[in-house]
This record gives sequence, structure tokens and C-alpha cells, in this order.
Amino acid sequence: MTPREKRSGAYRDTALRPYVLTKGRARPSRNTIGIDTLLVAADPAPPLPVSAGRQERALLAMCRGLLSLVEAAARLKLPVSVVRVLASDLVDSGHLTARAGSPRAEQPSRELLQEVLNGLRAL
Amino acid sequence: MGSALSDRYLPGTVTKSVKILVVGSFGVGKTTLIGSVSEITPLRTEETMTQVSEGVDDLTGLPGKATTTVAMDFGRITLDESLALYLFGAPGQRRFWDLWEGLAEGAAGVLALVDTRPGRLEASFEVFDQLEIGTRLPFVVAVNHFPDTVRHSAEELRTALDLLPETPIVDCDARDRASALTALTALVAHAVDLAAPAGDPTPDRTRPAAQEVVS
Repeated sequence: MTPREKRSGAYRDTALRPYVLTKGRARPSRNTIGIDTLLVAADPAPPLPVSAGRQERALLAMCRGLLSLVEAAARLKLPVSVVRVLASDLVDSGHLTARAGSPRAEQPSRELLQEVLNGLRAL
Repeated sequence: MGSALSDRYLPGTVTKSVKILVVGSFGVGKTTLIGSVSEITPLRTEETMTQVSEGVDDLTGLPGKATTTVAMDFGRITLDESLALYLFGAPGQRRFWDLWEGLAEGAAGVLALVDTRPGRLEASFEVFDQLEIGTRLPFVVAVNHFPDTVRHSAEELRTALDLLPETPIVDCDARDRASALTALTALVAHAVDLAAPAGDPTPDRTRPAAQEVVS
């Protein structure tokens, strides 16, 4: 752990560098997972392989209910970029289900924006 | 992890999520506003990065390379049984959004909070340069009123911040839930207007006009 990380108190739960947790990869296997993509464990969830890491197990446990990628990352105190790679793997392996919101890199449709507007006005 | 489990998860019926960015200079009230409307206690997440384009530490480990820690607070509102809204508080400068890969991509819009008290408005200038030049996201300016804020007219602010005539300016108190919701509503109404199909002669005119700052 670098002195900077000690100072900021970040990632205190692991001495491993992020690229170790992600097995050397900087990018997720799919690019459809954004920070607000909703994740939930598959039901029934197939058992994780014995090689699964502690962070993957923690992420899957966190996703026993529906929540977004960024919420899972914040509650696990892991970098979003790392959780994105782990979540992508778990979606590929059928352990997690991702509910994509609007298509990434595109503005939400007028219909979706209108639904947001109606929702805000009804609060 | 202090919050109760029942507060943590979304209803299982939610299938869609939309995000809004709340941006502004340090201390302008971003997290206060998010906390006023969020159904969860605002969460904080940090990234430590050595370069802009990669989400994971640079493997080459070049000595002397600048490392940046960027923190982001966010909150959540479940709007109906199928839709969740996420609010992300971020520093105004676009270079910080880029550190958060995908933060601005697909966002409904940007609520730009400003503090108009003497000596504080200048901190917003860079934010607006970035918004008008660096992004095509719909944005609305929300003047966060502090106890000693002197009210300026909307036109004075428009001139001072060099804003386009069509950019809405609204008044808000970030500590007040109804006021914060009004500002968010103005932003989304503006985004709906901008999203009107090309050539559509009847954009949504039923909404109330954005609440302008009046002196």
C-alpha cells in the first residue's frame, strides 16, 4: 500500500493493487455496464468456482438485492473501475444479472425523460 | 455499513436507471442538495488514478507521474416502480468527469450549482466554460442561496456567467427538499424540451416556466 493510500484511508480492506484483483485487466469484458447499471444476483445463483476471489464473493453477496454498480462499489469500499471488471465477469458467468438503463453514451429517450419528469413532480 | 438493509436495495421491479450530474465548485452545496432529496444516505466513492484514460493503476509505474484522488458523492431516488434516478455530485471541471469513465455518458443533464456571494462567483467560471464547450448535455444553472446571498437578477447572472439566453436559471436552497426537487424538475423539463424530435412543432409547453431569480 502506498503512503498516499494510507493517508486517504482508501481501500483499507486489501493490500493488493487493483490490477491484481482484476487479474491484470484494466477494462471489463463488456462495455454495457455503466456506473448506474443495476445489478442483482441470479436466482438461483450457480455456485462460484473455488478460484473466485474474496472481492467477487463480496460483490455477489452485496447483490442479493437490486442496486447499482456504483452503490455496490461504495458499500464494498472498492474502486468503481475494479467492481466494473468483477461485475462484468460475474454477468458473463451467469452469477449476476445486469439491468441496463438507457443505452450507454446516448441521451435518454424523450419518453424516458418524460417519465423522470412525471416521477419528480409526483414526489 | 450503517444503513439498514431495507434502505439499501431497490424494489425488484426497477428495470431502468437515469442519472443526473450535480456539478459546481468546492463547497457550493452539491452534497447538501443530493442529501436533501436522496432516499439513501449519500454514499462516497473514490478513485485513485495515475492517468485519465485507464480505470486501473498504470502498470508501467513511471516515477513522478501525478496521482489524482477524485471523490464523488451520490444519492438515489426511486421515482416509480420501474425507474430509479441517481444523482452524482462532481467537481465542475470536465477533466474530473473524464476520470470517472462513463460518468457523463448517457446522463439526462447537468444541474450546475453556483454560489453568487462576493468572491465566490468567480469559482464557477471554469465550470461554465467546460459545460458550454465540453459537453452537449442539457444543463440548468441553480443559484444556491446562502443566508448572506445577495439576490441578483437573472439577466445580471446571465451576463456575469456569459450564459446562453435559453439556459434556464433557477433559484434554490440546497438544504430544502422541495426547493432542490424544483431545481431538478426544471432541469429535466429542459432536457425534455431539448429532446423533442426534430421538426416537432409542439414541444412540451404545459410545464410551468422555470422559476427565475428575481431581484
